[in-house]
Amino acid sequence: MIHYLAKKLIFTALTLWVASMVIFALLEIVPGDPAQLMLGFNASADAVAQLRQQLGLDLPLPVRYFTWISGLLVGDFGVSYTYSVPVSELIGERLWVSLPLAFLALVLSTAIAIPVGIFSASRHGTRTDTSIMAFTQLGIAIPNFWFALLTVYIFAIWLQLVPAGGFPGWEDGLVKGLKSLILPAIALALPQAAILSRVTRSALLDVMGEDYIRTARAKGLSARSVLWQHALRNALIPVLTIMGLQFAFLLAGTIIIENVFYLPGLGRLIFQAITQRDLIVVESVVILLVATVILINLLVDLTYAVVDPRLRHSVGRSTT
Amino acid sequence: MSVETFEDAPETWRDVAKKAFKNRSFLVGLIITMIIISMALISFVWTPWSVIELDILKKLKKPSLEYWFGTDHFGRDIFSMVMVGARNSIAVALIAVGIGIVIGVPIGSWAAAKGGTFDELLMRSNDVIFAFPALLSAVMITAIFGPGAVNAIIAIGIFNIPVFARLARGAALSIWPREFILAARVAGKGKARITIEHILPNMANLLLVQGTIQFSLGILAEAGLSYVGLGTQPPLPSWGRMLNEAQTMMSFAPHMAIFPGLAIVVTVLGLNLLGDGLRDVLDPRLRRER
Repeated sequence: MIHYLAKKLIFTALTLWVASMVIFALLEIVPGDPAQLMLGFNASADAVAQLRQQLGLDLPLPVRYFTWISGLLVGDFGVSYTYSVPVSELIGERLWVSLPLAFLALVLSTAIAIPVGIFSASRHGTRTDTSIMAFTQLGIAIPNFWFALLTVYIFAIWLQLVPAGGFPGWEDGLVKGLKSLILPAIALALPQAAILSRVTRSALLDVMGEDYIRTARAKGLSARSVLWQHALRNALIPVLTIMGLQFAFLLAGTIIIENVFYLPGLGRLIFQAITQRDLIVVESVVILLVATVILINLLVDLTYAVVDPRLRHSVGRSTT
Repeated sequence: MSVETFEDAPETWRDVAKKAFKNRSFLVGLIITMIIISMALISFVWTPWSVIELDILKKLKKPSLEYWFGTDHFGRDIFSMVMVGARNSIAVALIAVGIGIVIGVPIGSWAAAKGGTFDELLMRSNDVIFAFPALLSAVMITAIFGPGAVNAIIAIGIFNIPVFARLARGAALSIWPREFILAARVAGKGKARITIEHILPNMANLLLVQGTIQFSLGILAEAGLSYVGLGTQPPLPSWGRMLNEAQTMMSFAPHMAIFPGLAIVVTVLGLNLLGDGLRDVLDPRLRRER
């Protein structure tokens, strides 16, 4: 187990390191000088050069990379070129919108998907099952930003139950904050719920075909108790895995949804930073999202290893 | 040594076609996909109204017999724009899938044949690319190189490369130990020749199924990028940008958002059904009789 853990940790660190280099290199080729953009196109060459020096943009690339990466390791993301405030502060503020949004979407998606998946599996082969699966196909095909527009039209414009966009801030109260996040969360949650309910159904049906389930049935347990007492617990392993991966996906999905609802989260921040060529902010937000995905993948792998000991001792080349 | 099972028995194209046309998912998916592709192709020679000429006097008309999907804020016919938009969405997604197959499949197949450091390096590079949420990398790439259909293709295509590389590697690894490959090796064929003559044809089914899935994801990605202004640029209509333009008019012209959105949903649904059907028909190992 220790060998497996060490190997996974080393690969995770290496992936993070390579990802950080890719992000840094990609953003280096962005056209436009941040110093020039900050001072405006009428600024003198001397002023631009001085600002470049202040921001450290005149330093050689490797030096800038190591300054950035060593700062990241101690939580110092640098100072935003545009806002002149520490990037960690900016990210911190925006995370208070994006994280609750992604979390709320995950809760909603799970609350819809698991009962639907269980119900569909329990009605396996019937018309109800077929209809539910048809609905999930539809859910997967709906782009979340279009669904967001429809929810705005129905719930904000027509029924006037919730605001059409914007975020008042948590200081205005939990209810007001949640009201602003509920439509974006529903829009984000729908396609994920469709996927998760299919996974739940499929995992349950796989488990229901196992020998120990037949044994339990042969011993006289009803189909219902076999489903709830034996099958569900085992089927939840792949479901939890997908949920873990979905959280990272939802966090990234906020990039577009926050633009639909004008929410001041990480997604809006990254768009604003790209337009303003605030490279340090873009780099930091991207590495943060990528690191989240990598760490969640690591956690999923480790969970699998704990649950399935064969993985810890597996040798040879995997086919996946 | 494994024994050839009944499932491994070769099927003729007639058998496959017979099975395909009995598969409801395949049939519905095929019909929807053919309708959308036909609409896109017809738009090259005919659309009910021009999508470039503006006619402010006819702006924001509701759906009618004259304008099936209504008109937008510039008086353009939304049905005509949806037809031309189909062309862009399909082209971007199709070329992006092509990039994934043309680059990813040789890399994955070669890694499986070669093994060792090259294989390990490939898998680790895949891990790095997969660590970037697809949308995030697409936004970054189009933001760096500038918005437009070509850069959207590159952005979506890059993410398809590891998908096909991983699929091809996995498929090739499962084909290499089989008897007919052993026979080819005994006959003195090299790894490259075996890959081209035996491995690739045997993974074609899997590639077709995955290609359909990636195609539908490409349509969604292109729509997302165009929605945030990073995909296809004006004056060419694109489904995503039509939705973006509709956003501020939702309260008085919801039809501007409904029809382009429905076009995306129907196309993606059609492709997903087609992919599911193809998987059932072409890859019996993945078939779930449930």
